Amino acid sequence: MSLLSVRNLHVAYGAIQAVRGINLDIAAGERVCLIGSNGAGKTTTLKALARLLPAQGELHYDGHDLQRLPAHGLAKRGLALVPEGRGVFARLTVLENLLMGTYSRNSSKGEQEADVQRVFGLLPRLAERAQQLAGTLSGGEQQMLAIGRALMSHPKLLLLDEPSMGLAPIMVQKIFDVIRSVTEQGVTLLLVEQNAHLALSLCSRGYVLSNGCITMQDDSKALLANPQVQATYLGMHMA
Amino acid sequence: MCRPYATPLHPPLLYQKPDKPGINALPVKRPNVVKLREQLIPLIIDLAVVLVFLPNATNSRMDIFLQQIVNGLVLGSIYALVALGYTMVYGLLGLINFAHGEVVMVGAMVALSVINFGLANGWPLPLAVLLATASAMLCCMALGWLIERVGYRPLRHAPRLAPLISAIGISIILQQLMMLIWGSTYRPFPALFNSEPHVVLGASITDLQILIIVLAAATMGGLMLLVQRTRFGRAMRATAENPAIATLMGVNTNRVIALTFMLGSALGALAGVMVSANYAIAHFSMGFMLGLKAFTAAVLGGIGNLAGAVVGGLLLGLIEALCSGYISDLTGGMFGSNYRDVFAFLVLILVLIFRPSGLMGEKVAERA
Ligand SMILES: Nc1ncnc2c1ncn2[C@@H]1O[C@H](COP(=O)(O)OP(=O)(O)O)[C@@H](O)[C@H]1O
Ligand SMILES: [Mg+2]
Repeated sequence: MSLLSVRNLHVAYGAIQAVRGINLDIAAGERVCLIGSNGAGKTTTLKALARLLPAQGELHYDGHDLQRLPAHGLAKRGLALVPEGRGVFARLTVLENLLMGTYSRNSSKGEQEADVQRVFGLLPRLAERAQQLAGTLSGGEQQMLAIGRALMSHPKLLLLDEPSMGLAPIMVQKIFDVIRSVTEQGVTLLLVEQNAHLALSLCSRGYVLSNGCITMQDDSKALLANPQVQATYLGMHMA
Repeated sequence: MCRPYATPLHPPLLYQKPDKPGINALPVKRPNVVKLREQLIPLIIDLAVVLVFLPNATNSRMDIFLQQIVNGLVLGSIYALVALGYTMVYGLLGLINFAHGEVVMVGAMVALSVINFGLANGWPLPLAVLLATASAMLCCMALGWLIERVGYRPLRHAPRLAPLISAIGISIILQQLMMLIWGSTYRPFPALFNSEPHVVLGASITDLQILIIVLAAATMGGLMLLVQRTRFGRAMRATAENPAIATLMGVNTNRVIALTFMLGSALGALAGVMVSANYAIAHFSMGFMLGLKAFTAAVLGGIGNLAGAVVGGLLLGLIEALCSGYISDLTGGMFGSNYRDVFAFLVLILVLIFRPSGLMGEKVAERA
């Protein structure tokens, strides 16, 4: 039984067909990545899953027909998207951003405090900056905040859109360590990355998206060894 | 079945993102942190200069000057309450709700009817006033909800002119409707207090005026707490900044927007009751000028900024009272206080020319 199953997903921006009939299956507890070059349709796919874009196709998540849920109903059912570009609320403090992550839970003050401490334990940098406006954080700190905020909602399925984008390697390393430890506690992951090497070394399985279509899918080892993948997606990072 | 184009693996760099990413990008905004203190200090200095020199320059008496300050504070409290309605909606939607003045007028009219009904049926005055105010606020909340639902929501993604035209339409409908119901004559608003005004340092202030200032201050304080300290307030600020991300957090942004309209309308209704009580009059066209002036106050303070609306409202009230009080002296009797409405619009024009972001607004408007 898969936690997320996508059948024949189509997404268009007007006349532009950005995603053209893809299928995805992710079992609970899995770490799966979706790799592809710039403009392949990765972000579009995640936004469609989060119901931020109108889409066609069958989307099933944890026993729900996603097409029948409003976008604001997903957080409470454990589906969290950390969007491309982080999307922190720049004019809210770090703490307020985290509390926005518990919005859908409507939990008590005590529970909220416990959640905040749990995230601070995982991302100590945020604790130091709790009262600072999120807009004043560095890019890496904002990415940490975006992930921490998603974790505040106790997600079952975490959708991450290019968490490594624009970050120094050391920061990427830290963030991927956090992602790994979160998934080891049972959170299912769908990771979107242009950095294929990074993504495939974290995930057990990967899909290759090109031009709105899934062109390959295999376990990470096989994809890393695939000459076509090597030439197109792994070579790209040497350049 | 997914059918890729002829070459399944494209060279990655062929794909360029569009220049204007639109909904595709979720931008990271780095706002100018508005330093309240830095902004307020020059303001206070300016105000002090005006306060010290204006009475001397015109050789007027201190009591007249104080009287204008009292009048200005009363007027300013009312402008501030109405300005908050404009600024909250603008902050959330980037939309100027030009029908807001009419909501204020409806509030006054509803209150007038309830008070008259109550007095005719022998209710004690305080009860009549309380019920009148409460029903005005409730009616206006319903009206605010309706205006958003019918007048603005269907146009949320339309070109910017469309909601403006919609607002004008709503204003006309509301004015005409109120004229049909309450008639086109000026309606006397019963006196809520019968006591003599207090005389302080030669300036007189009525119980009603004290009540208006205190109630407005308390209401605005409550609003600030709501916005800064509560879960709903956080959702409101999050929605104002980025509705798509707020939705991801589980915020029903349509509900937040509807509730914000209702909140602004309730404040407007309260202001409407205050205006009518203070000037002892209500009229179907009273919302127009009041709305424009409160809008001016919101722009003066920096539209979209709640504290700005309060500061702008009070400042505009003081400017208007002082200028109309002294214009006759200053111009050697050429212009009288009947020019009072001119000053608000002079302020609006000057602000739009020299500081379009207002006193407390951020330098660059982030949401057009
Ligand atoms: N808002 C939009 N309007 C029109 N076209 C878009 C929009 N967003 C993305 N696209 C197009 O859809 C395609 C897929 O974009 P996207 O999903 O952002 O790619 P990726 O995340 O894989 O880099 C691209 O060709 C892009 O130009
Ligand atoms: Mg992308």
